[in-house]
Amino acid sequence: MLYRESGDFKVSYPADQQTFPIRFDRLAFWITLAVAFFVVPFFINDYWANAVLIPFLIYGVAAIGLNILTGYCGQVSLGSGGFMAVGAYTCYKMMTAFPDLNLAFCILAGGVTTAIVGIMFGLPSLRIKGFYLAVVTLAAQFFLVWMFNKVPWFYNYSASGMITSPERTMFGHAISGANATPAATYLFCLTFLVLLGFLGRNLTRGSVGRKWMAIRDMDIAAEIIGVNPLMAKITAFGVSSFYVGVAGAMIFSVYLGAVEVTEAFGIQKSFLLLFMIIIGGLGSIFGSLVGAAFMVMMPVLLKNIMVNSFGWATDIAAHFEFIIIGGLIVFFLIVEPHGLAQLWRIIKEKMRLWPFPH
Amino acid sequence: MVEFLYGIEVVINGLMAGVMYSLVALGFVLIFKASGIFNYAQGVMALFAAMTLVGVQEGQVPFAHLINSVFGTQYHHFGWHINAFVAIAVAALVMLLFAYLVERYILKHLVNQEPIILFMATIGLAYFMEGFGDLMWGSNIKTLDVGIPQGGNFWIEEKTAFLGGEDFYGFYLDTLDIYATVIAIILVSTLVLFSQYTKTGRALRAVADDHQAALSVGISLRRIWVIVWSIAGIVALVAGIMWGSKSGVQFSLSLIALKALPVLMLGGFTSIPGAIIGGLLIGIGEKLFEFMIGAPFLGGATENWFAYMLALVFLVFRPQGLFGEKIIERV
Repeated sequence: MLYRESGDFKVSYPADQQTFPIRFDRLAFWITLAVAFFVVPFFINDYWANAVLIPFLIYGVAAIGLNILTGYCGQVSLGSGGFMAVGAYTCYKMMTAFPDLNLAFCILAGGVTTAIVGIMFGLPSLRIKGFYLAVVTLAAQFFLVWMFNKVPWFYNYSASGMITSPERTMFGHAISGANATPAATYLFCLTFLVLLGFLGRNLTRGSVGRKWMAIRDMDIAAEIIGVNPLMAKITAFGVSSFYVGVAGAMIFSVYLGAVEVTEAFGIQKSFLLLFMIIIGGLGSIFGSLVGAAFMVMMPVLLKNIMVNSFGWATDIAAHFEFIIIGGLIVFFLIVEPHGLAQLWRIIKEKMRLWPFPH
Repeated sequence: MVEFLYGIEVVINGLMAGVMYSLVALGFVLIFKASGIFNYAQGVMALFAAMTLVGVQEGQVPFAHLINSVFGTQYHHFGWHINAFVAIAVAALVMLLFAYLVERYILKHLVNQEPIILFMATIGLAYFMEGFGDLMWGSNIKTLDVGIPQGGNFWIEEKTAFLGGEDFYGFYLDTLDIYATVIAIILVSTLVLFSQYTKTGRALRAVADDHQAALSVGISLRRIWVIVWSIAGIVALVAGIMWGSKSGVQFSLSLIALKALPVLMLGGFTSIPGAIIGGLLIGIGEKLFEFMIGAPFLGGATENWFAYMLALVFLVFRPQGLFGEKIIERV
């Protein structure tokens, strides 16, 4: 089967505008989904779920969120860690206040609250631009983390200051808590990622996404041609924070189970998300996922190679991780500023012409 | 009355803390003025410089941990202790080499990129250096001692004790902070003299004004960048010495870079006096806020976020900072 548009006739406008216009892409997409939903859960084990798959799915959601704000709307945010914390703590309060409520609703509530908080911190973006804004979002990061540390109501006055996720079930399977099976949590996270990814992809293709991109490319020109900068920026902050909040709620409830805010949602998390979208590709949903996969897998891989194969100490592997992340970021910015997604685009271009390139 | 005197003490200590912030902020402004790059790595540069200084002084073997891991050897120390001044000179040389390498391998390839791309590149650089520094010198907390006295200054405490009667024991000031202030003043005046009265300084200002015009009259942009990053490296070394003597050479040192950002926001990115005044304002502001509101009502540790919030509120009303040039936007 060749990777071609030719011969793939579209007879309606919806067919012409679909996300994957090439049949090969469509097939690959559906096969991946089918494998992810129907094959992986049967082979998944604890190590793979906790070390690779679940973090990838959750960070994938967060990376899509940050990419909407930074990649599509051009507003750099260093406050994602704080926004994740908002999602996590809202989810915790909902779970403990309404024990009968479904976990999915708690997580969505976390997303909605984060969206509101994100819009509040996004309002100054109308006057503050570029990296002035990046620094101002640090205010969100440090203030929110401080608040969750200092106000005991948020962690239900527990002595340790930690929040612990109680057990919740869905369709009879435990999703959170000690009895959760890897397959159930995996499917839960996967569903969220697929739904939110679908939503994100279509938002960015539609008029909202075009307004974001107009603001990103040149905000004054966009304003002149009739894009309302207030609405564009606020929707970007809102949607992005929703995604990040959902991811934070999932990290807390499904992935980690118990969370201490400075450790789990510190400034390092904000940078981690930023690196994901830079390496994956700014302004690309696919890139967000690739970046998330890359940043989740690389430490695991490095640890396996250096510690298990070479027998080096773990701290050396940790230092090398920093060096490699830093080096890769500089490398990507110099050689391929559009990240891994752009490499994939180039490969697709090549495949279209193969085997007879001009 | 005693309350008031303690208030003054808080203000003075805030000023001293502000000087420390300004030292880091100064490095930012230098690089931003000359190349339009917002150098996030400044804090890590300070950390790296301080680590190198300690390592050289103590005679540590670079990459000892890695070498021992790979070859199964047991090298740790060369077994010498070097004079502080020689060690500082060596660390300064390392920072110069670093400046050259940054220009050669990163900046040269990123000419004409958007500011935000350059900013992210410096974040990558910061991560790289953090890992590299830890790998080279080890990640344990080190004590740095170059002979600057520390602890409360008794002379000032005794001389001011009479001000407040029975309950007042005089102003408590750290000797190290006083030294830092003096050194900062010397550093800033040297920099101002350098940029006003030397040929290279004039070239620096020309580049800061307009890259293309500077190029067209024959100023080598790359040479200027190496010089600027070298100066920033030296400033980072000074900041690293001060912060390192104060609180030990450790990872948190690199986070002062984040604290220097709101300082710059207040002062405006392009102004050296702005960096100083912004630093002082933030130093006083966060100490006073903690003293008056934070500790009694909010549970303390407000220093973590006060500076950023101040910058946020301030910028909403004056987006270019106190002394920054007015931002003019055109299509």
